[in-house]
Amino acid sequence: MIIKRNAADMAAALASGETTSVALTQAHLDRIAEVDKEVHAFLHVDSEGALAQAALADKKRAAGEKLSPLAGIPLALKDVMVQKGIPTTCGSKMLEGWRPPYDSTVVSKLRAADVVILGKTNMDEFAMGSSTENSAYGPTHNPWDLSRIPGGSGGGSSASLAAFEAPLAIGTDTGGSIRQPAAVTGTVGVKPTYGGVSRYGLVAFSSSLDQAGPCARTVLDAALLHEVIAGHDPKDSTSINAPVPAIVAAAKNGNVKGLKIGVIKELQGEGYQAGVLNRFNESLELLAGLGAEIVEVSCPYFEYALAAYYLIAPSECSSNLARFDAMRYGIRVGDASGVSAEEVMNLTREVGFGREVKRRIILGTYALSSGYYDAYYGSAQKVRTLIKQDFDNAFLKADVLVSPTAPTTAFKIGEKADDPIAMYLNDIATIPVNMAGICGMSLPSGLAEEDNLPTGFQIMAPAMKDDRLYNVGAALEAALLSKWGAPILSHVSGLGARA
Amino acid sequence: MAEISRDDVANLARLARIDMAPAELDHLASELGVILNAVARVQEVAGQNVPPTSHPLPLQNVYRKDEVTPSLTPEAALSAAPASEEQRFKVPKILGEEA
Amino acid sequence: MSLKYEDVIAKYEPVLGLEVHVELGTASKMFCGCNTIFGAEPNTQTCPVCLGLPGALPVVNEKAIEYTIMIGLALNCSIAPFSRFARKNYFYPDMPKNFQTSQYDEPICINGFLDVEIDTDEGIKKFRVEIERVHMEEDTGKSLHMGGATGRIHGADYSLLDYNRAGIPLVEIVTKIVPGTGKYAPEVARAYVAELRDILRSLNVSDVKMEQGSLRCDANVSLRLIGSDVLGTRSETKNVNSLRSVERAVRGEMIRHAELLNKGERVVQETRHFQEDTGLTRSGRSKEQAEDYRYFPEPDLVPIVPDATWIETLRAALPEKPSTHRKRLQEAWSVPDKEMASMINADVLEIVEATVNLGADPAKARGWWLGEIARIANEKDVTAADLPITPKDVAEIVALVAAGELTDKLARQVIEAVIAGEGRPSEVIETRGIKVVSDDGALMAAIEKAIAAQPEVAEKVRGGNLPAAGALIGAVMKETEGQADAAKVRELLLKHLGQ
Repeated sequence: MIIKRNAADMAAALASGETTSVALTQAHLDRIAEVDKEVHAFLHVDSEGALAQAALADKKRAAGEKLSPLAGIPLALKDVMVQKGIPTTCGSKMLEGWRPPYDSTVVSKLRAADVVILGKTNMDEFAMGSSTENSAYGPTHNPWDLSRIPGGSGGGSSASLAAFEAPLAIGTDTGGSIRQPAAVTGTVGVKPTYGGVSRYGLVAFSSSLDQAGPCARTVLDAALLHEVIAGHDPKDSTSINAPVPAIVAAAKNGNVKGLKIGVIKELQGEGYQAGVLNRFNESLELLAGLGAEIVEVSCPYFEYALAAYYLIAPSECSSNLARFDAMRYGIRVGDASGVSAEEVMNLTREVGFGREVKRRIILGTYALSSGYYDAYYGSAQKVRTLIKQDFDNAFLKADVLVSPTAPTTAFKIGEKADDPIAMYLNDIATIPVNMAGICGMSLPSGLAEEDNLPTGFQIMAPAMKDDRLYNVGAALEAALLSKWGAPILSHVSGLGARA
Repeated sequence: MAEISRDDVANLARLARIDMAPAELDHLASELGVILNAVARVQEVAGQNVPPTSHPLPLQNVYRKDEVTPSLTPEAALSAAPASEEQRFKVPKILGEEA
Repeated sequence: MSLKYEDVIAKYEPVLGLEVHVELGTASKMFCGCNTIFGAEPNTQTCPVCLGLPGALPVVNEKAIEYTIMIGLALNCSIAPFSRFARKNYFYPDMPKNFQTSQYDEPICINGFLDVEIDTDEGIKKFRVEIERVHMEEDTGKSLHMGGATGRIHGADYSLLDYNRAGIPLVEIVTKIVPGTGKYAPEVARAYVAELRDILRSLNVSDVKMEQGSLRCDANVSLRLIGSDVLGTRSETKNVNSLRSVERAVRGEMIRHAELLNKGERVVQETRHFQEDTGLTRSGRSKEQAEDYRYFPEPDLVPIVPDATWIETLRAALPEKPSTHRKRLQEAWSVPDKEMASMINADVLEIVEATVNLGADPAKARGWWLGEIARIANEKDVTAADLPITPKDVAEIVALVAAGELTDKLARQVIEAVIAGEGRPSEVIETRGIKVVSDDGALMAAIEKAIAAQPEVAEKVRGGNLPAAGALIGAVMKETEGQADAAKVRELLLKHLGQ
């Protein structure tokens, strides 16, 4: 079945004429039709648009045009990324029916590379959550076990990969929303260096933390996609104006000989599931066997990262989400004769936002309000400095840093829904990367013995050294594959015979 | 210990323009109290000598040239408007001050 | 009904504060490439950025920074080596993001001053107005209030919004409090705004049209008892759309405050709106609860760290100060102080200069603009500059008078006709058939008629009493309906009478 192949193999099949993009796209649309009722990875499937893009890619190929490596390959787009004319909801009722009049830079780059966009994937509302349960359109189910969460906020993107509904997906990562879903679905996810991929057209949750990145089933596929979407964008003032590191080359030549790999003391132990830690330690042994030097590093301020994150992200979101006011786009509630604009805003925001979003807006409003700013938002910004310093010191001792991606495997849908703090703990290992603006990757490190569910291995590298993630990730992936004999996703069990 | 009263939440909801029923205010007041106690620990290490970081990368002076680029057509600009009239966004009557 | 101004200043000392908003004359908006043309069709100059669409991001217009630095330098400010944008969070339908991107505690220019000169009872006196800050921000959209009787916000059924103005670069210039102006507070306020406007115009950074709102003044006024150092409560008057209104608004507020204080009532700290028709202010809707703007550094923009050589280049290129320029003109034209002051007060200096630059004699140019044209402007309650007569027209008229082709009286007719829209001076002369009677024969006939009517006067002239000729000349001018050149008449008359 062609849909089970990697994107790089599909690209080879297109290049050799073994198949066409239209056929490949149709195969994925068929798969979505077959399984997405159960997985619910997609909020919108653009069959017509996808097939038209595929036909165009085929036409260009037939005409002998020079094409990008991913030309004609289907992709799933997280619904937080704006695509002209295609419904974009961010998983919120607030934006029900909104069709943006413009393309995000990521979409423009995908189009320029002739990547076929299948549709928009489900997510926690406005990317706030770790389970995709906060979507206004119902949760996404983990293809490994449909009663479990696929991670979040980008659970739709990661589930679509694990369910073979798409070979590639775009995610966004504010505190772990690419990496944690990758970990719990047995897929690969990369949060690029902040500023490495344009945020223009990414509906903002927390502007100083948000970053879009690639989701895939292999390290090489992620690198190919990363290269398509990365690069300077004059429309994003925080975009890095420097060449993109050679990530595809790094993914093709994974080699850790002589590399120093730092294990962060504070990101393991208590709170981490035994099976998660076991798989993590086995991966470390494999890396050591490949010639890497494993060192332990300490990042003492990481214990404050979660607290700082849950001040900074809500503060920024309280401001970013103010624009959803029923005046210019989105739903409007309570508009009747004699009702004021102010009242309509209040009513619309009450109805249009879900509980978690409202909770964070109120928290952020508090943290920024006069009299509390210094104690909360101001202090959180200082913690951010300390976390950066921790990373700076650690990177003096190691080329990359590693940890488990998430403390546990996928939990049951509904299990943590009423306990925000327990939910927030899912991001404990991924948040420091966002706080410092550096890059991170999660790749599968095997199944936990307790529940036979995937675990994730996180690699972190300094800002603009994204190539190091791919170098180490590719080496580890190859070693694990030869150990396992088959890719981890060959064990996906939630869809029964259709898996 | 951060104590958040129902009135505090009501004031925050007013600032954030979210209508909230009394039960929701009570629920959120207790929840916020718990969360604030958890996050307040940032103050333990936020000494006066620590500079704040508001931006992850040390970028500065990013500008664009003063050049006109195409705007949306008014049709596109108004395409998602809940209501429009005379090529303008139609909104309910506005309270508050005259601008 | 109301208190006399003299009684106010006998008891109270006014304290002024002025905030001036200036729309910069950039081609594109502050954070996007939309056009800034005034009066364009609604919503034709908008894009995802200035409409605040989800996902859109701002990028700073470099020219706006340059203009702001120029303004700061011209106002003797220090240019901050590091400044930032901040978000000012509040909801209002004319503000698409529901936050204004502005500057808060890190403005780009600080601590300047501007000297203004006032014609006082003791002659010309200089007042120094200290500038606290000059900062950048963006303008809001415009609302039309529909339904109801008044077209005003109160009583309207709904509003219509045009976002063409949203995102136009604004500079806000804030003075420190200006004490010590005594009874001249209204004049100082006006002179400050006038001087500021002249500076901005000389810098060519704004079209500074108060009536179109590209220069807007908020006047803060409070009173304290003479001899007391306790500041009174201030009111902030908005909607002051002309220089004359600035003066009227300050005087009106002083009287209103004094009336309240004399009655033992409290001045409410509030925003008031100036009413152009009555010259009074009206209370804005007072907010039941204080706003809390929750300022924080704008995460979508990066700091402004202007290069020292850039600043010095801009400083070196600053144009001559309007005050210096005025001194130079005054010397070149040999104008007395009082006359200079009246030209400035009537706001005609610039047009007089333009008229002189077109070849007119300075005294004549000044005479027309301050005389006949100012009189008509006064009648119509507009400024001379607003009348449809140009420096070119006036220069042409001055030249025609000098050449003897118009008399002063005829010239006045021409000016009235030009202002009435009958065309340029040459066209008016042509269509109205205006012509100086220079035919010696016709004049001689009129002279002889005058002598015949007043033989005793003629005798006096013959006897050497030359001033007596005036009566005869007057009679001739009357006879020729003013179309004769008085000098020519005098010459012919004296010759005829043997003088």
